[in-house]
Parts: sequence; structure tokens; C-alpha cells
Amino acid sequence: MDSALPSSLTPHAAGGARRLLSNALADRLFALLARGAAILTLTLLTGIIISLIMGAWPAIHEFGLGFLTHNAWDPVQEDFGGRVMIYGTLATSIIALAIAVPVSFGIALFLTELSPPWLKRPLGTAIELLAAVPSIVYGMWGLMVFGPVLARYVQEPLQSLLKGVPFLEALVTGPPVGIGILSAGIILSIMIIPFIASVMRDVFEVTPPLLKESAYGLGATTWEVIWNVVLPYTKTGVVGGIMLGLGRALGETMAVTFVIGNMNQLNSASLFEAANSITSALANEFAEAAPGLHQASLIYLGLVLFLITFTVLIFSRLLLMRLQKNEGKRV
Amino acid sequence: MKHRIKQTLKFLPGVALALTLCANTWAQSDVTGAGASFPAPLYTKWAADYNKATGNRINYQSVGSSAGLKQIEVKTVDFGASDAPLTDALLQEKGLIQFPTVVGGIVPIVNIKGVAPGQLKLNGSVLGDIFLGKITHWNDAAIAAINPGLALPNTAIAVVRRADGSGTSFGFTNYLSKVNPEWKTKVGEGTAVNWPTGLGGKGNEGVAAFVGRLNGAVGYVEYAYAKRNKLAHAQLLNRAGKFVQPSEASFKAAAAGAEWEKSFYQILTDQPGDTAWPITSATFILMHKKQDKPEKAVATLDFFAWAYQSGDTEARKLDYIPMPQSVKDTVTRAWKSIVDASGKPIRNP
Repeated sequence: MDSALPSSLTPHAAGGARRLLSNALADRLFALLARGAAILTLTLLTGIIISLIMGAWPAIHEFGLGFLTHNAWDPVQEDFGGRVMIYGTLATSIIALAIAVPVSFGIALFLTELSPPWLKRPLGTAIELLAAVPSIVYGMWGLMVFGPVLARYVQEPLQSLLKGVPFLEALVTGPPVGIGILSAGIILSIMIIPFIASVMRDVFEVTPPLLKESAYGLGATTWEVIWNVVLPYTKTGVVGGIMLGLGRALGETMAVTFVIGNMNQLNSASLFEAANSITSALANEFAEAAPGLHQASLIYLGLVLFLITFTVLIFSRLLLMRLQKNEGKRV
Repeated sequence: MKHRIKQTLKFLPGVALALTLCANTWAQSDVTGAGASFPAPLYTKWAADYNKATGNRINYQSVGSSAGLKQIEVKTVDFGASDAPLTDALLQEKGLIQFPTVVGGIVPIVNIKGVAPGQLKLNGSVLGDIFLGKITHWNDAAIAAINPGLALPNTAIAVVRRADGSGTSFGFTNYLSKVNPEWKTKVGEGTAVNWPTGLGGKGNEGVAAFVGRLNGAVGYVEYAYAKRNKLAHAQLLNRAGKFVQPSEASFKAAAAGAEWEKSFYQILTDQPGDTAWPITSATFILMHKKQDKPEKAVATLDFFAWAYQSGDTEARKLDYIPMPQSVKDTVTRAWKSIVDASGKPIRNP
């Protein structure tokens, strides 16, 4: 833009003065716009919270905090509790993170430190492409292809292996259909790996070569360089990437609804048991929910999801603060 | 650059004006409706044919029965559509009128190795017990008793039902409530209920996919889905004590048995008649009785009058069952109760 030129370079002094004036005005205008955008975001956020609370009020009034642990979802008797959905959301997201974080770390590590140069670009692009696959495709793939494989080659062998083993047996019971919490968690992990991996790769790449080379010069192994130099240097970015993935896992709807089984009751602790997640319940029931307690309970669930996401964010902030506090200490 | 922006700005009011004008003329000739998803393919097809025949445009948004009811209540649409009829008292309270357009059948589908479509026989108490989780294997004595001569395997039953709230679930649970006392007290009827067991599939296609994939599965779908996906349906015992196959004739028999002259609040499950299919349901249109925009209401009624007259072929092609002529006449007569602000009927049949 021409406005970036200093005024002394413009051919006419008068025009330069006018331009300077309009530049000052433009600056003010821009500042105002930027501030407006920030305020708008905050207003929207408050608006969402307020409308969620208002919409959920009949359910909050009726069930109170007991809603969070109450195990019932009966639209006919108007008895609602969110335990299954909250459990389903948390369990699937935790499974997804447990799989996705180590795998993503490995991918990022390989791409930045170990991969031969000719492989870097195609592999990186392939992973980014995974992020562009629509979630419904993952859902259908999970239902048609992955579910049966999981049932046939994982659940059935596990069931016969763990027969009679206390506690562990309870984790794998249920009809062998490959639909349930574990399937949903695994599908979610595949969906969030590209996000976490590409953020990790990007932040690993910005580690100054000087630091790494110094460490190598002191005789450190690749693992020691990664663990003691790269990771501490990039921890904010790494935690940010994980949170991005977790946010997507908590909020994913379409893929989960295909493979979680949409069962609003929890019959056992089995990982293969059909359950439900907050987003899946909302997507399935909202359109036909009768106004009143049913709808209010669904909105209450939405509010709970909002609070879960909020808590996750606060938790990640605290984690980062703790990490920063320990900075510079001898290990 | 600046100059160009100025020029664009000069044109802007004109463009905006043109857009508003467009929007206005568009809105005037358009009738909009919203609601049930089950009849949506048919309403959309009818609207397209009607547009070809008359040049008038009908917009239908498939948003779900409950949302359709909300929209007609606050008058954001000219007609609402619902799969479950409203009771006369509720209609009175909201100042609405309802009328049926077409009938659909809901059929139980199964996936049992060695059992061909239409071979398995079920009755209300057995079907209810299966969905209650009380009958868990296909070779259960209760199933074998009504299926003499059919070899049923010792396979676990996998129950599949709708995960989303739907008129199909309403029809199915309403039927089970009528024929299985335990279902009535434990679960009840509704577009979404507290299912005691089973997996939830999203939409008819979700249920069809689960049943098609799982050995030993049983579910329920709209007849059209069962037919198109070639799923194995079951016969059902009707109120007259006869086992019937789902077909246009048996759905029509169920619709004909209802007393439409008395009220349009008719739930077509467990109807009398030797050939009546027991889980049949009509789908309904909702309109305000007193119209502040009579010309829109007339356009809406014109559309449905046209559909009653010339839409049957298209309905059959999409596997919906047209209403019998006697019911259509009753509906057309009932339109007289839709009036304008001065209390005059807005459309003469």
C-alpha cells in the first residue's frame, strides 16, 4: 500500500501533509475496528453463555447439579440426567488423546529430525490432507469398515483372552459389534492426529539450530536433544497443539454419532459398550425435542460442554504457568 | 485503488435496492413450509411438479416435526408439517387446523442367516419383549411358537432403533404401547423414548445400515427404505388376528379403517380390518385457522388441492400411500374452517 511510504518521499509536500493527516485518521479507525472486533468476540461469548443458561433454566431449576451425575434419559417421563453423555464425551476424548499424542509426537519428531529430506514434503502434505477429510467420511468409514474389524480382531480375541479375569473382563464385555466408546475414541484419535502433528512439527522446526547443534556438540543423543532442548523450548506450542486436538475431540459430532451407538444408558464399564456423547445427543435429539424439559435438558448439556471446554483451557494455562516456573532449574 | 472503491460505493445503493426488490417479489410468490423429514422427499417432488404445472413456488424445509410446529406457531412459515397428529384440544389451544396428506408404513426388519424376506412372523408381545431386552436369542420359545417350520438359529438378537427423535419412532412405540402392556408402563410412546436396550442409528438409513451389517439384528424403518435396500422384513399379526405382509394394500386398509369424519387426530396403529398393516402412520399439515395473510393460505391450499388431485402417481413412485378419495373429500370440506380476519372462508372448494 502507498500509505506505507514516508511522507518525505511523496512528490508534493501539500499532498504529503494531507496524506499524513489521513494516515492518522486511518490509524485511529483501524485501532477502533480492531478493538471493536475484540469486544464483539467477548460480547458474543457472554451472549452465548447467557442464552445457554436461559435456555437451560427449566432443567437447571428442576434437576440442579444432580443432573451431572444422574443416570437417566427418559423423554416420556421427563426424567433427564447427563451422566452417560458427559462420561462418553470425556472417555472418548481421553482415549483419543492417549493415542493421538504419542503418535503425533512420533510423526513430528520423525519429520523434523529423522526423515530423509526427500520424504519430508510428501509425508507432511499427506498428514495435512488427513485434516481436510470431512468428519462424516470418518464416521462412515468407522461404521462400515473399522467397526467390524475392531469387533472381529480385537474385541472377540480380548473377550476370550480375559474371560474370568477380574476387573479386566468387565472392560471388554458387550455384544461384538465394534460400536461403542473405544471405536469412537479411536476414530477421534485419527481425526485429531493431523492437527496435533502439524502444530508439533511447526514448533519443532522453529527451535534454533544453534541450540540443537550445541547439544549435539556436547555429545547428547538425538533423544536427549529432543527431550532436553527441543521440547522445553517448544512446550507452549506443543501444549497448544494438544489443546487444539482436545478441543476438536470434545466437539466432534458427526463421526462420533456414527460409531458410539447412541445409547443413553450405561450398563457396564466396558469400553465396547454403546454410549453417547454430548454433541451426538444434541445433534440427534434437538430437532424433534418437545419444548420444555427435554429441550432445556439438551441445552443444559450444551452448557456443560461449554464449561468442560472452558475448564480444559484454564487447566492448560495453569500447566504452562507451572512449566514456566520451573524454567532454568537444574534437572 | 481508492478511486475504484469510490466508484463501487456509488453503485452500492442501486445494487442494494435491486436486491431488496428481488427479495420482495420473490417472497410474495413463495409459499414456505417446514417440518417433518419423513414426507420431505415427496413434498419437494410435488413442489417441483407444481411449479412446472402452474409456475407457483412452494418451499419446503425439512427441519423435523417439532421444529415445524414451533415455526407455524410463530408464523414464520405458511404451513407446518408433523408426523404425529396433534390432539384436538391442543389444536384448539393453538388455533391450528391439521389434515393428513399421505400414509406410510413402518416395518420391522431383520438380519438372520437363512431367513428370507417376509418369512419371519412376529406379533406385538414378542416384538415388544425383544425391544425390552427380555427375548435375547432368535431361537427363543416365544418366537418359535409363532414360526412353526422355520429353523431359527441360536444367535443373539441385536436390537437397533432410531437415535434421533422421529415420527417413525413415534409410530413404532405407539404400536408397542398398544399391544404390549409392559412396554406401555416401562417405556411408553414418543418421538424419542428411553430405549431399554440396543444401538441407535441415525435416520432410517442409519438403522438400515446397522441391521444390514449385524448378524442377528432387528430394527424398524419406513417401508420405502426396507424395499429399496432389499432388507428382510417380517410379517406382523394384526388386530384381526391375521398375519399380514407390508404392502400398499395393507397400509391403505389401515388408513381406510380410521374415522376421519370425526377428527383428523387418527393414529393408524393397530387398526381393525383383516388386511390392515398394524404399524401405519399418516403425516400431517398444520395451518392457522385464522389467516392474516389469506393470499398465502389460499396458495398453500391450492397446492395441496393440486397434490390430492394429481400427486398420487408421484407419491406411489416414492413408496408413500395416497389417502383414499373419501378422506381427501373430508379434508377438502374441512378447509372451509380456515378463515380470513373477517371470518369468511378463504377458499371455496
